[in-house]
Amino acid sequence: MARPKLAVWKLASCDGCQLTLLDCQDELLALAAEVDIVHFAEATKTDLPGPYDVSLVEGSVTTPDDAERVRRIREQSATLVTIGACATSGGIQALRNFADVAEFTAAVYARPDYIETLATSTAIADHVTVDFELRGCPIDKRQLLELITALLAGRKPQIPAHSVCFECKNRGNTCIMVAHGTPCLGPVTQAGCGAICPSYNRGCYGCFGPVANPNTASLIPQLARLGMSEIAIERVFSTFNVAAPGFSPDSRPARPGDA
Amino acid sequence: MTETQPGGTRHADGPFLMDVTALSQLLGALEAAGYQVIGPTVSDDAIILSELGSAAQLPFGWGVELAPGGYRIRQRSDTAAFGHSAGPQSWKQYLHPPREKMWSVDRSGGEFDVVPADEPAPRRAFVGVRPCDLSAIGIQDQVLGRGEHAGSRYAARRAGVFIVAVNCTEPGATCFCTSMGTGPEAGPGYDLALTELVSDTDHKFLVDIGSPAGADMLAQVPVTPAGDGTTGLARSAVAQAADQMGRSMPADALHGLMAGSYDAARWDDVAQRCLTCGNCTMACPTCFCTTVEDVSDLSGEHAERWQLWDSCFSLSFSYLPGGSIRSSDHSRYRQWLTHKLGTWHDQFGSSGCVGCGRCIVWCPVGIDLTEEVAALQAEARQAEAQQAEAQQAEAQQAEAQQAGSRTPGARAGGEQQ
Repeated sequence: MARPKLAVWKLASCDGCQLTLLDCQDELLALAAEVDIVHFAEATKTDLPGPYDVSLVEGSVTTPDDAERVRRIREQSATLVTIGACATSGGIQALRNFADVAEFTAAVYARPDYIETLATSTAIADHVTVDFELRGCPIDKRQLLELITALLAGRKPQIPAHSVCFECKNRGNTCIMVAHGTPCLGPVTQAGCGAICPSYNRGCYGCFGPVANPNTASLIPQLARLGMSEIAIERVFSTFNVAAPGFSPDSRPARPGDA
Repeated sequence: MTETQPGGTRHADGPFLMDVTALSQLLGALEAAGYQVIGPTVSDDAIILSELGSAAQLPFGWGVELAPGGYRIRQRSDTAAFGHSAGPQSWKQYLHPPREKMWSVDRSGGEFDVVPADEPAPRRAFVGVRPCDLSAIGIQDQVLGRGEHAGSRYAARRAGVFIVAVNCTEPGATCFCTSMGTGPEAGPGYDLALTELVSDTDHKFLVDIGSPAGADMLAQVPVTPAGDGTTGLARSAVAQAADQMGRSMPADALHGLMAGSYDAARWDDVAQRCLTCGNCTMACPTCFCTTVEDVSDLSGEHAERWQLWDSCFSLSFSYLPGGSIRSSDHSRYRQWLTHKLGTWHDQFGSSGCVGCGRCIVWCPVGIDLTEEVAALQAEARQAEAQQAEAQQAEAQQAEAQQAGSRTPGARAGGEQQ
C-alpha cells in the first residue's frame, strides 16, 4: 500500500511551526517511515506534485498571491490542517488589521509602490475549508505528533479545547494568579502547551489563543486588580492571536472598568 | 484498647499526649511500616501536599491568608505545624489522580493483546488530613470505591492508606465545615487524630486513636496518657473553632433550594463572572468526573486508554452528537452547583460539599459559592413572598366576589361552575 503523501506549506509566518516537525527528533524517523514527505521546503529539496493526502499549512494570508495559493493547496489536499497562530488566527502580523497598512509600508520600505499586500492578515479558514486547526505560537510537538498519528489511524485526535487551567491542575501546579497574584491569561486560553509558563511562575500570555467563549470581560478587571495597567492589558491580548475572536480589540471590553 | 504488635506498648483508649519532637518518630514508624508519607510542606509560596522525607519539612510556623480568588502564606507568631487551612491541592491528587492509564493493547499478527494497567498501588500515609478533607475522602470512597466500584483502582489505592487527621483549631476566612457538618472535629475514618497545642513554652499534640492500625503505629511513638486538663484544653480549642468559620451555608435547605432554583435569574449573574476555566472542580476534594482518551502510536501497533480529570465546566464534557448540551456558561455553573449541593444527595446520599472553601479561594475571579447560595436563597424567598402575596390577593378577590355575589340568582350560577 502506498504511504500517505504529506506536504508542508508556508504562507506569512516565521517558520517556527514547521520547525516543530523537525523538532520531533525521536519520532522523526518513525514518522518518515509512515508517510512520504513530498513537499517541505524547510527540510528537503523534494518537491513532488499533488494531490496530497495531508497538507500542513503554516502562516496567514497577507497578499493576493497567498489567497490564490491556499486555494490551490486546498484543491490538491484531501486533508488540510493549519498549524500555528498565524494560520489559525492571522498571527502577530494581524496587528495590521487594526491599523493602516499603507502607513506601515510607507514607513518601512523605500519603494512602497513595489509592495503588493492586503489590508489584513487573516486565518486560512477565512479563505478555504480547514479540516483541523492546531493552535499555538509555536505549535506543540506532542500535539502535532498526536494529530498526524490520529490522521494516519483514522481516529479522532486528542486535542482538548479546555483552558490552560486544566493543564496546570494536571501538573499539580499551584495557581500563580491566586497564590502569587501573577496576572495570567490561562483561564481564557486554550490548552495545548502543557502550561509551560505558569509552571515556571510566569503568567500565561495566550499564545494558544482563546478558548471557546472566553470570558475576557470578567478576567480583565481581575488582571487590573492584580496590578496590570490598561496598556499592559492591551498589549497582552495584542500578540500572536490579536485577531482571534475574544482576544481582538473589537471583541473585548476596551477598558478594565467597562466589564 | 487491645494488645499491640509484639514489642509495642500497651495503650489504653487514650487520648494521649505527644511532644512535637515525637512527630519524627511517628513519621519514621510510618516509613518503617512501608508507607510513603505524604503531608503539607511549603513550596512556591504555598502549602502543598508532597512526599515528606522528614518531619522537619512540615510547614512549622507557616499559616495562610485566604480570600475569594486569593491565597497567601504568612509567617505565624508561633511554630504550629498545622496552623493552616486547605491548600491548592487535596488528597484526591493521590487517590484519584489527574491522569491514569486504564489499559493498553498491542497488535501482534491478527490478534490483540489487551493488558490492564497494573500500577502497584503504593501504601501511603496521609499526614495532616483536615476533618473537611477526611469527609471528602469518605465521599469519594462512596462514589469511586464502593458498590460496583469495589474493585476499582481507586479502591486499591484507598485500601493502603493510613490517615493521620489533624483537628481544626483555626479555620480560614473561606471555611464553612461547621455548616456542612464535617468539622472542625474529625469524624470517623482516621487511624490517628491529632490536636495541636502550641504556646510560647510548649508544643504538644493530643492524639486520639481511631483504628487498630492507629494503635499499632502509636505504640512505636513515645506518648503519655493525656490528663483531663490538657484534654479539655484541646477539646475546647476545637469546639471554639466551630464559631470562627469565615463563611456559612444553610446546609439543611440546600437540596430543596437547588431543586427549586432551575430558572433563577442569579445563574445569569454568576455566568457574567464565571470564566468556566474549571479551577473550582479540580481544586474541589470531592469532584470526581473524568473523561477517557484513546491514543495510539505512529505504527498503529500499540494503543492506550487513559482516564483524565474532566470538568462540567468544559464544553466537551457534555458533548453529544450535534454539540454540547450545556453550551452556555449559565448552564454549566448551574450544573456544577446544583449537583454539588443538590442532586448529589439523591445520587450518593450526602452533600457533595464539605465546606473546605477551595472553590472560593482558587477561583481566579473569586466566585464564592456561599454568596451564590445566599443570593439564590434570597431570590427564592422573594419569589415565595410574591407568590404568597399573589395568593393572598387572589383569595381576597375571591372573597370579595363571593361577598358581592350573595344574591340567590348569582349564587346558583356560582354553584353550577
